[in-house]
Amino acid sequence: MMFAVTAVAIMVIMALALIRAFMGPSVYDRILAVNMFGTKTVLFIAVLGFFAGRPDFLDIAMVYALINFIGVIAVLKFVERIAEEESADVDGKEN
Amino acid sequence: MEQVVDILSWLLLLAGSFLGISGAIGLFRFPDFYSRVHAASVTDTLCALLIISGLVLQAGFTLITVKLIIVLLFLWYTSPVASHALVKAAHYHGLKPLLSDSNEDEVKEEEVSSKS
Repeated sequence: MMFAVTAVAIMVIMALALIRAFMGPSVYDRILAVNMFGTKTVLFIAVLGFFAGRPDFLDIAMVYALINFIGVIAVLKFVERIAEEESADVDGKEN
Repeated sequence: MEQVVDILSWLLLLAGSFLGISGAIGLFRFPDFYSRVHAASVTDTLCALLIISGLVLQAGFTLITVKLIIVLLFLWYTSPVASHALVKAAHYHGLKPLLSDSNEDEVKEEEVSSKS
């Protein structure tokens, strides 16, 4: 029962994070919301594992925690490269 | 003894989810990107600690507790680094923080313009 309450609370947090991702003015708000969504997914998988009585879900939570981190760093590198290209195009030369 | 463990994990789980929800609400109430990062990432780590310690109480001394501790350590090491990289990239890209009401309009159009 308590796992159900926690799972619902985490789902509410994930929904709020998604709304922030849609509303977020700058691209970095979106990355922040996706990062928070990812860490909450890890907790959600762990709580769901306990709720369904399947302790092997924790392996998935472990893997997801790492992949989420790598994903955020990859998106940051990608966005940073685009920002540099943009500033290079604007000046027309490699500043 | 069983009730004590259950009640304690109930409290921990509720505190963790309350903290998570407050972090999520903080995402909306804070005016500026940098304060939003603060709201989101601070509650991330503590919410993870509370929820996972609530689960550890339920699991007791088994392999599951070891896995839970490993998940917690992964979260504790990766989310601060991710938030730091995020803020560093945003600052490097030139997203100015909202210092006071004076440059509110300038930061607003800066944020909108950086919607690349």
